[in-house]
Amino acid sequence: MENRAIFSGKLLPCLLILPQLAISLIFFYWPAAQALWQSFLVQDAFGLSTEFVWFENYVNLLQTPEYYHAIGVTLVFSALVAFFSLGLGLLLAAMANRNIRGIQIYRTFLIVPYAVAPAVASVLFIFMLQPGLGMIARALQRAGIDWNPVLNGTHAMILVVIVAVWNQISYNFLFFLAGLQAIPKSVIEAAAIDGARPMRRFWTIIFPLLSPTTFFLIIVNITYVFFNTLGIIDTATGGGPSGATQTLVYKVFQDGKVGTDLGGSAAQSVILMVIVVALTAFQFRYVEKKVHY
Amino acid sequence: MVEHRRFGNWLPHLILLTGVVIVAFPVYLAVIASTHDNAVIANGQMPLYPGTHGLETYWNTIVAGAGKTTRQPVGGMMLNSLIMALGIAAGKIAISIISAYAIVFFAFPFRMTAFWTIFITLMLPVEVRIFPTYKITSDLHMLDSYAGLILPLIASATATLLFRQFFMTIPKELVEASKIDGAGPIRFFFDTLLPLSVTNIAALFVILFIYGWNQYLWPLLITTRDDMQTIVIGIKKIIDVHDALTEWQVAMATAVLAMLPPVVVVVLMQRLFVKGLIETEK
Repeated sequence: MENRAIFSGKLLPCLLILPQLAISLIFFYWPAAQALWQSFLVQDAFGLSTEFVWFENYVNLLQTPEYYHAIGVTLVFSALVAFFSLGLGLLLAAMANRNIRGIQIYRTFLIVPYAVAPAVASVLFIFMLQPGLGMIARALQRAGIDWNPVLNGTHAMILVVIVAVWNQISYNFLFFLAGLQAIPKSVIEAAAIDGARPMRRFWTIIFPLLSPTTFFLIIVNITYVFFNTLGIIDTATGGGPSGATQTLVYKVFQDGKVGTDLGGSAAQSVILMVIVVALTAFQFRYVEKKVHY
Repeated sequence: MVEHRRFGNWLPHLILLTGVVIVAFPVYLAVIASTHDNAVIANGQMPLYPGTHGLETYWNTIVAGAGKTTRQPVGGMMLNSLIMALGIAAGKIAISIISAYAIVFFAFPFRMTAFWTIFITLMLPVEVRIFPTYKITSDLHMLDSYAGLILPLIASATATLLFRQFFMTIPKELVEASKIDGAGPIRFFFDTLLPLSVTNIAALFVILFIYGWNQYLWPLLITTRDDMQTIVIGIKKIIDVHDALTEWQVAMATAVLAMLPPVVVVVLMQRLFVKGLIETEK
């Protein structure tokens, strides 16, 4: 930041910055520090005594199979959502980027899912996919597929993936469209003159030029799946059946709600914080550098 | 765009239309379901055109509640959601614009420390520090209050960064000119900076309104009283009632009402929304 300071005075700027600093300290730093501190403590069953145990909570956590299961679920969930929502977003954006009529109307419809809360999106899809009630669930059953997300873990995962992809399409579509529109027309025309057909132009010129947007969106989508899908999971599956849709964040939420193992829950939170910080740092590195290949 | 296409543009139209249908169908179905009788929905024979029970259902959902269950009327929940969304949007913009102003236009001790202290909050969403934040909010006696719903969610740096970015593009000469005209820092803020920031404020407002309205985890944890619920968490309780008893027409009407304000905001203020989205994230 170059030195732009123009007005003199010390008291006024301190007063101006005070509200945000105060809120950050009370609701951000203080709880984050508490989580960190608590993750090194063990409390007895009655909450009467606490003991400082260094990394024991972390060691215990890394020895529970459920934790690895939650990691696996999170990875599968993130990968599926990122792949499908990015793929569909890019496809729609590439189509919308051609000079065709009615683009405003298409865009208006395509941005609607962004405005729908994850939990509400979940309700919309439960209504279609609830066995015995939902229109699509009944069609699947007529087709001989024993669709039942309440009992079948794979089906439950498919359900939450569909909701999350639907919820994220708008975002990816808008960013890909902005990215596509930023590519100079002359580059594409030059390739066309050299005889490259549309598909070839897309994969050899447009797609590589889009890589900064794609990188950025991959990170954003992973962050979305990690943290914003809690409403989807809580409404649609409750993490079940038998943990099939229990992501890391949802596990923190469920374990914390039960509240018997504060230290373990805090250790889980701290691990998540480290993951987000790493993802954000990674994102800044790449977005700042504007990678091109 | 570049060459003549033999088949015209039917392929892009087809793909975009399919996309629109996939995106719009769940929403359409919810609207339709909210106008049918529960019996028609429950036996799985709901038609794809509107029914005749719409007014009755919306009246029962928003105002009356239901006789058979302990369900709350949704009207109050919508009011809570509205207060929360507006509070988050206005609160975050207010504290961010003044702190960005201080960081960009003043030299004061620990300016960079203050900036980094705020900047780091960008990294951790409320979901990862949820229980400690809950405990602090509870210690401050803010459970079941609007302050408790709003304040912890405005502790984030996105808006501050956006305003800082924007303020740094304002030419120094403009500030010099106002100083020559005798304007102090407060005058300059209200007479020059604020009018210049109107578009940014509006774009941010759209994004933050949606963010606030759609919150799930935080209101779920800190509201225990039914009259403090927001609509997004209220809807879960409606379908949570043992499955066979779920009043699906009410659930769908609630879903429609929960979607309506943010969807209207996004559609009507599309340009501001896109601007806000792209600028807050990049």
